[in-house]
Amino acid sequence: MNRPLVLSGRCWVVRTPDGGRIDDIDTDMIFHNSHLHITDIREMGQYAFGNLPGWQDFPKKAREGDILVVGHNFGCGSSRQQAVDCFIALGIQAIVGESFGAIYKRNAINSGLPILTCPGILDSSVQSGDELKIDLDNSTIENISRSMKFDKVEPFSKVQRDIYLAGNLFALK
Amino acid sequence: MPPRTMIERIFAAHLRDPNEPVEPGRTVWINIDVRSARDFGGASVVAHLERHYAEKPVEDTLKTVFTFDCNAPATTSGYADNQQKCRIFAREHGVKLCDVDQGIGSHLMIEQGYAQPGATVVGTDSHMNILGAVGCFGQGMGDQDIAFVWANGYTWFEVPETVKIIVKGVLQFPVSAKDVTLHLCGELGTTKVLGKAVEFYGDAIYRMTLEERITLASMATEMGAIIALIPPDEMLKDFDGAPYDPMDYLLYRADDDAQYADVLTFDITDLQPLVARPGSPNDVVPVADVAGQRIDTAFIGSCTNGRIGDMEAALFFLKRAARIKEGRTLKVVPATRMVYTQMLKRGILEAFNDVGAIVQSPGCGGCAAGQVGITGEGEVQVSTSNRNFKGKQGKGLTYLASPATAAASIVEGELVDPREVLK
Repeated sequence: MNRPLVLSGRCWVVRTPDGGRIDDIDTDMIFHNSHLHITDIREMGQYAFGNLPGWQDFPKKAREGDILVVGHNFGCGSSRQQAVDCFIALGIQAIVGESFGAIYKRNAINSGLPILTCPGILDSSVQSGDELKIDLDNSTIENISRSMKFDKVEPFSKVQRDIYLAGNLFALK
Repeated sequence: MPPRTMIERIFAAHLRDPNEPVEPGRTVWINIDVRSARDFGGASVVAHLERHYAEKPVEDTLKTVFTFDCNAPATTSGYADNQQKCRIFAREHGVKLCDVDQGIGSHLMIEQGYAQPGATVVGTDSHMNILGAVGCFGQGMGDQDIAFVWANGYTWFEVPETVKIIVKGVLQFPVSAKDVTLHLCGELGTTKVLGKAVEFYGDAIYRMTLEERITLASMATEMGAIIALIPPDEMLKDFDGAPYDPMDYLLYRADDDAQYADVLTFDITDLQPLVARPGSPNDVVPVADVAGQRIDTAFIGSCTNGRIGDMEAALFFLKRAARIKEGRTLKVVPATRMVYTQMLKRGILEAFNDVGAIVQSPGCGGCAAGQVGITGEGEVQVSTSNRNFKGKQGKGLTYLASPATAAASIVEGELVDPREVLK
């Protein structure tokens, strides 16, 4: 699979409607347990952020290639793969956050969805609609719209890179 | 060999490539001793296996098991269909299945001896790291991850840093292991051990029974830790379930000169009964601070507090009254059939019935899909479970507490410090 190592796209910054931080967004806020019986990824997108106040209309607004910017401990809680897959279904290209729930991070890596740890990004001037450029090999994120660069991005591990380039864990040989 | 923490020792003993260095930050491929899936996630695991590994979907059937606990027995057609998909797959491939009558999978792992000190066990339950209670590396994972392990027998892990936590002091009844757990959830928040392994030491830990250790280890997830490992010791031999080999107590201890990212010490001597306020398991305050809050419902059970000792602690407070407060409900769900049987034989089922409780068959009860009922808008629940995120167990508000606090509170119909009742 031929996948780019430099990504760019429009971002969504997951904050409260008045611009405040949201940390510890758990998987029930991302993909509520009332939809857990759904196993077809094509049906999952419509429920993304269905239980996160102020973000219920996200599936209607998200576009293919968008990037999510999130706070601390994003995706804590249950192990549900759907909380990652619902974003893939919407065409989300990458998730950048200050830190992630351990299982959530694994699930994203295994699905081949780039998930990047970037301390401090939620407190930066980044706003929804800004254009971000992510360099996976050099571990940098650039906010093109505001000419800002983040260098303290946790590097992609070899396994993460291998899985991403293969497409997903199952394609890894 | 370099000195090793417990998790480094376990990883080093399970390396696919024995020459790979085990150092924090490195990603290594690890052999998995026991591979499980629940009804939640299980059908997706089956779908992945049939799609990607149709030729040989299960690497080793003797090491592989389904456990149905999330919605048991199924109350929605989605869950019923998913469980049946797993049953058919289990039959076709000779995989063992613990059906809807058996109880919480992570607890069955301990009762039935799958989870041995130093072993590696994975499942689709985010509280599978509860197995740290017996010094076993348990890990909850998503369905793709689990399907890969079922088919291959191994997977990757980033070696986490380890934080050593020392807990000192003697608990004063009715303050319990759950209060210690909530105290740590409050103190550690979701930042101090996020993504790290924890090792527990200290006299307060050494005195804990296996049941109490299960309570403590179960909420590593809410602290953000990969796992909380409790060094196995003689306490395991008193357990009613599968026997443990005392040799294992020594094999998987950390080296004295192992490297820790941090060492934290807590003294629990003067600890009060605590609750986590609705919305976050880490928003922890003394019960006394919220005493008087009306309670509509109490739930006693879950992988955190669903053992026989939890039931007995609750009953101690329930029996002080003829029945629970009028207009309130009490829901009780034992963790496993073993606990249910113990309750039956010791007259605990009858005692719960007498005070007005609803007792249901074993499983995840009030936590997962809510087959023991969910809360409505404005309803306030006190629960012995481990999560109270908004909307998780219905639209109502959930306080997390110990069995003693939950029981004492449902008798009064409001949150009370169980010590007040004993005065």
